Amino acid sequence: MLNVGKIEEGLVLDHIEAGKAMLLYHYLHLDREEYPVAIIKNARSEEMGKKDILKVECDPDKLNLDPVPFVNPRITINVIKGGEIVEKKVMNPPKEIRGVLKCRNPRCISTIEQGLPHIFYLSDPKRSLPLPLL
Amino acid sequence: MRHCLTPLDFSVSELETLFDLAADIEKNPAKYAHACDGKKIATLFYEPSTRTRLSFEAAMMNLGGKALGFAGADQSSAAKGESVADTIRVVSCFADIAAIRHFKEGAAYVAAQYSDIPVINAGDGGHQHPTQTLLDMMTIRQLKGRLGNFTIGICGDLKFGRTVHSLVNALARYENVHFVFISPPELRVPDYITDMLDAKGYTYEECIKIEDVITKLDLLYMTRVQRERFFNEEDYIRLKDFYVLDSRLMRMARDDMYVLHPLPRVNEISVDVDSDPRAAYFKQVQYGVYVRMALILTLLDIHVD
Repeated sequence: MLNVGKIEEGLVLDHIEAGKAMLLYHYLHLDREEYPVAIIKNARSEEMGKKDILKVECDPDKLNLDPVPFVNPRITINVIKGGEIVEKKVMNPPKEIRGVLKCRNPRCISTIEQGLPHIFYLSDPKRSLPLPLL
Repeated sequence: MRHCLTPLDFSVSELETLFDLAADIEKNPAKYAHACDGKKIATLFYEPSTRTRLSFEAAMMNLGGKALGFAGADQSSAAKGESVADTIRVVSCFADIAAIRHFKEGAAYVAAQYSDIPVINAGDGGHQHPTQTLLDMMTIRQLKGRLGNFTIGICGDLKFGRTVHSLVNALARYENVHFVFISPPELRVPDYITDMLDAKGYTYEECIKIEDVITKLDLLYMTRVQRERFFNEEDYIRLKDFYVLDSRLMRMARDDMYVLHPLPRVNEISVDVDSDPRAAYFKQVQYGVYVRMALILTLLDIHVD
């Protein structure tokens, strides 16, 4: 069993569908930050068989977590303070997601106009589409 | 400040007021002849158009105003790489209102974000064409005496046809409208439209042949298969003459089944239908000018007593 040390302050995102941790890593823009991050892929899970886990050492209030339920609303968000879990939560899909995904419509004005915010609105919380590859 | 980006920007009661104003303009054009003296409309057409651009310019001129603008991306600073956002900021200094047509979807929305003057979406890619919808609705209202309580057939390119998407969205606010979508399987109406109808409880059916459904229609809205919406020329050639409405088919239709078309027409309506009193597509053009006059007055908040 792979062991990754505890974090003192930050977030542990658990029950990520196996293979989706890197997607979430990019959607959370962790590639642009200097936080220490542990990405655990294909961890054994009684419930899911295999799962991914993301550990981020940071001020928990600094990270925009909107992309988490967007990737999967069943992901558990553990808030860590003083080395302990102080909050465990799941989030509903956000009504709006801004600056996370890029529009893939080749006819969209955003394909030629620079600097436009890419904003997506939730049309149906019960339906999902395959997430675009990075 | 108010813009017109989609037909849903106006409530049903606001649309009634707009159509009443357009009908009054039709009856009393002289009353409105100087309503926009000293005002200018900028027509920013990045994509070719005959009817829509001239209709906007005629509408402003009929109100006593003037028009300026361009009729193709190659004639504007877009050819030098200028963004829509910058263009509208500049045009806001020259004109009182702008009508923008662009080949990219969402262009009018972007323009409205950066504009100091009201923006009218005159068509953005395959997305929306609200003033076409307003004139379609005005035509239906004038010919049928009502908006609602009818079965409307919509035929042709239902996938890329922006006039179709706008019209269905707009009619799905009136009582007892039944939609019949007639298209080849490749050009069927997008799921988001049928999802919207399902969610609102509207009934619809989809079919391939006009002759299978024409007898039950109160209105038939024909559309052109648009070459400019296809990435593949072979697909366009295969589908472009899929439908031809001719006098033989019209004989099967009801005596009061009016035929509408956003124009330009290519082969999908045979010229032998033009003399049929149920052919309403040239009437639509005339109503288009009245509706655009009413829209300009509304967005500029000009009231004529």
